[in-house]
Amino acid sequence: MEKKHLIYNPEMECIDREKLKAIQGQRLRETVKLTYENVPLFRKRMDEKGVKPEDIKSVDDIVLLPFTEKTDLRDEFPFGLLAAPKSEIVRIQGSSGTTGKPIVSGYTENDVEVWTEMVARSLAGAGCGKDDIVQVCYGYGLFTGGLGAHQGATRLGAMVIPMSSGNTQRQIMMMKELGSTILCCTPSYATYLGETIRDMGLDPKKDLKLKAGVFGAEPWTEEMRKRIEELLDIDACDIYGLTEIAGPGVAFECLEKKGMHVNEDHVIPEIIDPVTEKQLPYETPGELVFTTITKTGMPMIRYRTHDICTLYVDKCECGRTLVRMGRITGRTDDMIVIRGVNVFPSQIESVLVKTNGVAPHYVLVVDRVNSTDTLEVKVELTEDMFSDTVAHIEEVKNYIAGEIKSVVGVQAKISLVPPKSLPRSEGKAKRVIDNRKL
Amino acid sequence: MFVKQISIYLENVKGSLREITQLLGDNNIDLKALSIADTMSFGIVRCIVAEEQIEKTMEILREHGNIAKVNNVICVCIPDKPSGLSKVLTLIEDAGISIEYTYSFYKNTGDNAVLIIRPSEKRRTVAVLSENGIQMLNQAEIDKI
Ligand SMILES: [Zn+2]
Repeated sequence: MEKKHLIYNPEMECIDREKLKAIQGQRLRETVKLTYENVPLFRKRMDEKGVKPEDIKSVDDIVLLPFTEKTDLRDEFPFGLLAAPKSEIVRIQGSSGTTGKPIVSGYTENDVEVWTEMVARSLAGAGCGKDDIVQVCYGYGLFTGGLGAHQGATRLGAMVIPMSSGNTQRQIMMMKELGSTILCCTPSYATYLGETIRDMGLDPKKDLKLKAGVFGAEPWTEEMRKRIEELLDIDACDIYGLTEIAGPGVAFECLEKKGMHVNEDHVIPEIIDPVTEKQLPYETPGELVFTTITKTGMPMIRYRTHDICTLYVDKCECGRTLVRMGRITGRTDDMIVIRGVNVFPSQIESVLVKTNGVAPHYVLVVDRVNSTDTLEVKVELTEDMFSDTVAHIEEVKNYIAGEIKSVVGVQAKISLVPPKSLPRSEGKAKRVIDNRKL
Repeated sequence: MFVKQISIYLENVKGSLREITQLLGDNNIDLKALSIADTMSFGIVRCIVAEEQIEKTMEILREHGNIAKVNNVICVCIPDKPSGLSKVLTLIEDAGISIEYTYSFYKNTGDNAVLIIRPSEKRRTVAVLSENGIQMLNQAEIDKI
């Protein structure tokens, strides 16, 4: 099926990558200068590293710059990282955080404008234009979801219904009566809306006019995408963002749904090795790091997200040249280092899903024998893996071990254990047991 | 011409074999034949029960957290005299079929020993054996043993 791609700012979104690098270099220099002159913490870190703003000549010099951590935003709460006078700040957005102080970010008029443009591009990526009716069911408030989507849709000239979150019956009534065509909310709420709509006996094909959804603010999977698309009869696109950088719209999916285009003329994405902190090439999984290059209120230099993902630079069918980021597959906190190799449980999980069709329950046991690290992957056997012959089971084990070796680069011992024999913990399953005395 | 067999995965053979046989015994499952394949890291128990007990057996095994599967094997009558077994095995091997495993029933039928064979190619094995006049038993006949 031929897809029609709407592109809000083709000049930037389809830019020649060499030209993009030149623009990024220029904007990075300006941002570093601005931040060095106005943010004491950044100046101190630059001085400690012996790096001067003049040392940053091109975008490749970004590796010379110090990192920023989430804890810096807490420590400098609320205004310590502002690069602009408080009088220039026109908006505060933030996230509550689970513990202690919240995180807030200050936006100048320019920053709100940049953010709005990024969301406008994101909504257009899902096919939204002037004639659309956009129902925003993200919460409005400090959280960037509601206002972000609102501003972006307004910029496109669409009709916005600022529903905010909750009251599902009313959401569905408005959706039906006003004929909403674009839905903005979290993927889990989209699923819930879809299920409720079906339970009410409504047929989205006949009773609703939805054509696409832009879903973000939490990680989701391809299976969830399929389910939402079936439930609501729409195209479901992913959107990524974080308050520290701007909010939703930092990256977004086009209708090709092959990863999220990063708005690289506003933010520079990098993938680094979370241990060595060295920059990694495209198509290598690692920690995602962002540098804002157009923000003036609270610029972020090499902000470590601690999210694990991969960047792809090959040209997208939609015509955009902006790099795409794959789904977030984990957090750096989950990472284990085995014989000097960074191993993410999510990589092992992907191998098991490939072998088995679904993810079986598994645990990684790391140990050190004769000063060599060992990795044992304990997998709960499923009936699909089992057969009456020893040879078949050995084959399954060798296949898993071979795939892990090629995907992760580490030799693993595979143990198949009976179903429900591995420990299960409340909430997030504990996947790693590290017995090494380090 | 196939007979149904139940295979059960054992994480470690010692202990768990006794548990499995006891579990089945306590539930009045009559094991007509049983074998164990044992490797360094796991084992497989294979057994034959009457067809009417297969579903119940699988339920009991699953309820107790076992991985088990039903598959087809071939049951052959071997004349209870020297070279009876080797004649059958030779026929199969000469046809270029490999044998994954064999084991026998506890009881004989008349003068015949009953052997279970799991060849690499089940249909061709049945053809080869019947061409050579080797008697095979079907599920109904097995149930009576
Ligand atoms: Zn695209």
